Amino acid sequence: MADNPSVEAGLSAFTVTLIIRRFDPETMDEPVWKDYDVELYPTDRVLDALHKIKWEQDGSLTFRRSCAHGICGSDAMRINGRNRLACKTLIKDLDITQPIYVEAIKGLPLEKDLVVDMEPFFASYREIQPFLIADAKPKDGKERIQSVAQREIFDDTTKCILCAACTSSCPVFWTDGQYFGPAAIVNAHRFIFDSRDEAAKVRLDILNDKEGVWRCRTTFNCTEACPRGIQVTQAIAEVKNAILAGKPAIPAGV
Amino acid sequence: MSSQAARSGAATAGRIPAPKRPAGTLYRGREGMWSWVLHRITGTAIFFFLLVHILDTSLIRLDAAAYDAVIGTYKTPIMGLGELALVAAIGLHALNGLRVIAIDFTQWGVKHQRLMFWIAIALWVVLMLGFAPRHLMHVFGGE
Ligand code: SF4
Ligand code: FES
Repeated sequence: MADNPSVEAGLSAFTVTLIIRRFDPETMDEPVWKDYDVELYPTDRVLDALHKIKWEQDGSLTFRRSCAHGICGSDAMRINGRNRLACKTLIKDLDITQPIYVEAIKGLPLEKDLVVDMEPFFASYREIQPFLIADAKPKDGKERIQSVAQREIFDDTTKCILCAACTSSCPVFWTDGQYFGPAAIVNAHRFIFDSRDEAAKVRLDILNDKEGVWRCRTTFNCTEACPRGIQVTQAIAEVKNAILAGKPAIPAGV
Repeated sequence: MSSQAARSGAATAGRIPAPKRPAGTLYRGREGMWSWVLHRITGTAIFFFLLVHILDTSLIRLDAAAYDAVIGTYKTPIMGLGELALVAAIGLHALNGLRVIAIDFTQWGVKHQRLMFWIAIALWVVLMLGFAPRHLMHVFGGE
């Protein structure tokens, strides 16, 4: 473990208790909480703790992860009651005098342990047409020029990694799975406010729905959960106002 | 690292058993989530009050004596406390409602929503401190 930064910094390991909500659809009717003791360094992440449990104690522990560096959006889970990426949550930022509670995100069908069915989430995402729609030929037949100011207004919403931390933190989504949810609106915002896109009207119509932006009750759970720091509630508010105005407020071009 | 000692302390203090209930933990939302919960509860309470209130007021067109009888029953201490709760609910709903309007229509509101929640609570406490003693004197003092 010579390459462990904690060891280099002279930090010592300590025992942390993790309590994980386990569920096996083949043998259980309901999930159960199980506790595990793990030796960890302060610089370890919750994902490292899950790996240690899976590799050293119980190989049946099931969770998704891929990049392990906060970019793929696979490992959103509820850590001590809040949606976080396991790979971005450092042990030293948690209160480890208490056990760490880890469970699957809420509002999506639980499949096994920390894995949920993401399909309803991606279905909403597909519905808002998350791709550039630009049929008109660009001026001079070359490129679609965009000013710095025009790029700026949707910069925040380009950062989404589709982890579902926001949508599954939303009390409205828990009780009404039909609601598009914050992530779909964030990704609609990314194109609605893009000066090169020609289908803002279509997307605004899709979201001007009973299950669209008007379901948002500004609880700000999504904004606080987003591992990319996206101002989700603000983006939703901007889409609401664009619907009221009939078009997005985009600054004049170059 | 002062918390280091506390950590090793926790490690030796023995295992903390897992909870028995299979249910998930309560989501730990912050001011935004709790303001929404309060807004819902007060909103629903006010709705049911208004429903009853419209019904009892409409009695006057049907039967004035019955109306007097119903309104008479409102002059009991229990109803007096109910009135206090009603004013409290309306006050909170109104103040937080202004906060929600600011969030929906201004960027400033989105940024300062947490501060605005505590301002709404502070204003509400001041209003209730002004209203409650007078009202309770009225209800229980027999004035
Ligand atoms: S907006 Fe943030 S929390 Fe929501 S899916 Fe995208 S990255 Fe995840
Ligand atoms: S594993 Fe890729 S975001 Fe955490």
